[in-house]
Order: sequence, then C-alpha cells, then structure tokens
Amino acid sequence: MEEFSLRTLLAVFEEMFGAWLFWALVAVAVVFTLAWLYVLIRDRSLSFRKYLVAQISMPFGAVAAVAFVLWVTNSRLRDIGGPIDWLVLLGVAALGAVGLSIVVYVLQSLGRGAPPSQS
Amino acid sequence: MTHSLDLSTTRRGFLGLAAGGAALGALAGPARAQRVRSSARIVILGAGAGGAGMANRLAARLDGAQITVVDGRAQHWYQPGFTLIASGLRPASYAISGTGDWLPSGVRWVQDYAAEIDPEANRVTTLGGERLDYDYLIVATGLTLDWDAIEGFSLDLVGPEHGVSAHYASPEYAVKSWHALDRFTDRGGVGLFGRPATEMKCAGAPVKIMLIAEDIATRKGNRDRCEFIYNAQAQNLFGVPVIHHRVRQIMDERAIEYCYQHVLKSVDPGRKVATYTTPEGEEEKPYDFINVVPPQRAPQAVRDSGLSWADRWTDQGWIEVDMATLRHARYSNVFGIGDINGVPKGKTAASVKFHLPVVEDHLIAELQGREGTRSFNGYTSCPLITRIGRAMLVEFDYNDNLTPSFPGIVAPLEELWISWLMKEIALKPTYNAMLRGLA
Ligand SMILES: Cc1cc2nc3c(=O)[nH]c(=O)nc-3n(C[C@H](O)[C@H](O)[C@H](O)COP(=O)(O)OP(=O)(O)OC[C@H]3O[C@@H](n4cnc5c(N)ncnc54)[C@H](O)[C@@H]3O)c2cc1C
Repeated sequence: MEEFSLRTLLAVFEEMFGAWLFWALVAVAVVFTLAWLYVLIRDRSLSFRKYLVAQISMPFGAVAAVAFVLWVTNSRLRDIGGPIDWLVLLGVAALGAVGLSIVVYVLQSLGRGAPPSQS
Repeated sequence: MTHSLDLSTTRRGFLGLAAGGAALGALAGPARAQRVRSSARIVILGAGAGGAGMANRLAARLDGAQITVVDGRAQHWYQPGFTLIASGLRPASYAISGTGDWLPSGVRWVQDYAAEIDPEANRVTTLGGERLDYDYLIVATGLTLDWDAIEGFSLDLVGPEHGVSAHYASPEYAVKSWHALDRFTDRGGVGLFGRPATEMKCAGAPVKIMLIAEDIATRKGNRDRCEFIYNAQAQNLFGVPVIHHRVRQIMDERAIEYCYQHVLKSVDPGRKVATYTTPEGEEEKPYDFINVVPPQRAPQAVRDSGLSWADRWTDQGWIEVDMATLRHARYSNVFGIGDINGVPKGKTAASVKFHLPVVEDHLIAELQGREGTRSFNGYTSCPLITRIGRAMLVEFDYNDNLTPSFPGIVAPLEELWISWLMKEIALKPTYNAMLRGLA
C-alpha cells in the first residue's frame, strides 16, 4: 500500500470502530495494562495463585475472541486458507487469552486489596 | 506457595515496552509536508472517491487557495460495498453517506453537476448556469452507466419478480439485486453473468458476484439445481493473463460454465431470454436470473468538452491524461483522478488511492514553480471474493505484473481468509481514511 504508516493504521482503526469507540477501547486496554503493572508493583510479586486462575481463563478468552471475530466477519473455520490465515487466527486467540487473563488477574487483585507483606 | 517476580524484571519489561512504543512512533513517518501559500482557483469536478480525497488533501496543503467542488449528488456512495449488499451481507445504508460529510471546511461545495467544461476558456458551467472560472481543473466525475445500451432493459426490472440483478446501479438496486439472487438460489434455474465490452470499474465485480452466488446456492443445498454461466466479452475471463488462468481454474473446479466473446445485447424480460453478440452472430440464452453490468462511458459533459482522447476509446470518451502523471496531454492545467482517466488500467477505488498523491504532488509542485516527481504505475486492485469468507487480493500494474502489497505474506492468487477480512472489514475504513486525505 502507498504511504503505509502508523498514522494510516490509526486512521483506519478510527474509521473501523468510530473514533470514540476506538480510543475508548484503547483506553480500556491501557487502563487494564496499567492496573496490572500497578498491582504487580504494589504487591511486589506475581501471585502464583491469581496467576493460575488467570491462566485458567485463557482458553475461554481465546475461544471467545475467535468466535467473535468469525461472527463479526461472516466467516467460518473452513474459510481459513493459507499459513497467514492461521497466524492471524492464532494472533486473535492469543490476544483474547492474554487480554482476559490480565483482566481476571487485575480484578482478583483489586478485589482483594494488597496481600499481607511476605518474605 | 508464592512465586515471586523480581521487581527489576518488571521495570526492565516496562522500559522495553517504552522502547517498543518509541519504535512504533518512528514508524509514523515524517509529518505532513509544509503548507503552501497560493491564490490559485482550483475546481474539482465530482466529490466521489477521487474528488473528496483531493479536496481534503489540497485543503490541508494550501493556504489561501480557492477550492471549489462541483457535484450534484447529495449522497456519497461507497461503491465497493455494493457487492456485499447484493450478497445479502449488508443493508443499503452501509454504502450511503452524505457528500457534504466528506468535504473539509474552507472548500466551497456547489451542489450541482457540470454541464459544460471549456478547457480553452478555463471555465466550467453548471446545469443551473453558474459559471466557475479556474486556474486548475481536476476531473473526478467517475463514469456513467449506459443502461439504455442494452435493448429491452430497464432498471424497473430489477428484483426477484423478473430475476434481474443490477447491483452497479445504486445501494437500493443492490438490495433488490440481492432479493433476486436470494430467490434464484432458493428455486434454482439458469443464472447468467458477464461484463460489458467497454472499459469498466472494478472488472472483478461481475466475477465476484457470480462466485458468491454459487457459494450461496451451495450453502442452501441447492447447487445441483442451479446452473451458472459467465459471459466474458473478450477471449479471457480477466484482462491480466495470470489472473485469467486462476479464475478459469476456480470456475472449472466449481463447475461454472464460461463463454468467451459474448457481449450482452438485449434482454427480453417477457420470455426471460438474453441475446448476446458473438463472433458467430447473435446467440439467445434463456435465464431465470441475470446480473446485468452495462457499458460504461465518460459523462456527457466530459465527452463534449474536448478533453477526451480523439483516437482511443472513441465510443467511451475517457480523458487524455499522461499514464504516469495523470496530467492532461493537451491542457497542462487539467488533471484527472479515478475512473474518468483514459489509461489502460486503474478503474478502482484502490487506484484512486494511488492517483491522489501523484496529482497532489504535480499540482503543488507547479504552484511552487517546481516539477513534480511522482508517478502512477497503473496500480489496480480488486479483492476478488471467491466465496463468503474467502478472497484473493489481486493487485497488478500497467504491465500485467502482480504487485502484492504484502509480498511473501498475503499470496495474491490464493483464496485466503485474510483477503476476505480486508474486503469485508478493512476496505471501507481505508476508503474513508482516503476520502479524508489520510490514506
Ligand atoms: C459494484 C462495484 C464494486 C466495486 N468494488 C470495488 C472494489 O472492491 N475495490 C475497489 O477498489 N473499487 C471497487 N469499485 C470501483 C470504485 O467504486 C470506483 O473505481 C471509484 O468509486 C472511482 O472513484 P471516482 O472518484 O472516479 O468516481 P465516483 O466515486 O463514482 O465519484 C464520481 C462523482 O462524480 C459525480 N459526477 C458525475 N458527473 C458529474 C458532473 N457532470 N459534474 C459534477 N460531478 C459529477 C458523481 O455524482 C459522483 O459523486 C466497485 C464499483 C462498483 C460499482
């Protein structure tokens, strides 16, 4: 594509979702990522138990993201053709998995407050 | 048991993230070129894909110029969406917006059509009689669909009752065309498809709608009751040889019949028979469903203006611009953008995206007393939908070379889901960004 730049990409995403929704989604993603960093720093550790629960949520995030994308795009799994299609689909699944796990981790951490200090 | 993560790791990760962000920022490329002072009077004919995009680009680049856009249509049509509408995947509203919504402030919109263009006197006169003098003229009127050239045809026939589809006509006709297609794929029968002998916009569109129709019939379990026949105007199914072979292969695989050198001459809606001109004389074909794509020509005002080629496409009237610079060959203050250009390829919205920076460059350079440097290589692209959920992202240039945007990643002749995603979700946002002058 001609003049393909980050600005073009942002313009395309703004058009895709509408500028407000797009930046709201970006904001939500940023807020959860920051919240995640915040609880990591606050707790000074990655809680294995919360991490485990978050991990259990990952397959659900992956499947939900893939199902959602297929639904929105009038597609079915049999439409997946070449390697790039698989990569994109895996990317969607990975985003769904990681996204949901971060959300779950953050919600657990914020819901329970800081853990008692530990060695 | 708690698994501890050293804080320093997190910090390092954070720094890494920041570095990544900076790298992404660098990708954004140089900021928009500097604004140029000018008092030039610039008239843009047409506010479609090319006209609206140009108005926004020039408004962003020029200070003090008087930019006038002439277009009588209140609605802006996103035409690549017509295919999705005619396939039952989108409502008419998907392709409709307001012309005024795309025009920047500071640009004057004359809501009327050009009736007379006089490149000798540098003047455009509208249907309503308003006279617009210009220093530079940008012709972006698109093309006219010549429905009358097909005997017996009328847009009133479009819909399930007569089994007629004409999705090129408008968003509303694309909806009626879908109802016709829906009924045909329910009941079965013979479906005729094809393209005109003139140049046309999006030459892949007649093929797409047929492949989609075949897919829909298959999904409904009615494939064995439907017959599909594609009537090509030339000795090939697509003008670019390598794409022709691929399309033929797909049609063979899916048991779709095709004929060469068959040009639709007339339809008889009473008998449901279409007549084609062939090298062996006229041939009648009965149908239950027919998709009509009419001959396409420059609008009459352009054909009367003296801007057209005198010795090429004389029955169609495309304007005589340089293949590379898109500047008129005889009137150096006239440029063409989009479907109106008399160049061998490039009647797609994707080509408009490549026309825009070229014309902007040459026009602005001239205002600055320089020579422009950019050129158009014939880039034409058409996401050739092969079934709902899959497409081939075919892109090519003047030399019939494939020019993939994502070489090594998105194979042009492979039926891919990602190519479908581009057509289904990414194309309209990209098109809109182009209208705003941002892509
Ligand atoms: C069914 C279909 C499917 C398509 N699919 C694709 C696709 O998948 N990909 C792709 O890239 N392209 C596709 N296209 C082609 C694409 O829509 C056109 O190539 C593109 O719109 C051309 O832009 P343009 O500015 O030249 O003309 P247009 O967008 O048609 O705009 C022309 C404007 O000029 C105005 N006008 C006309 N006469 C006058 C006059 N005398 N005075 C003033 N104004 C006038 C009209 O009102 C109109 O607003 C498709 C087209 C159709 C019909």
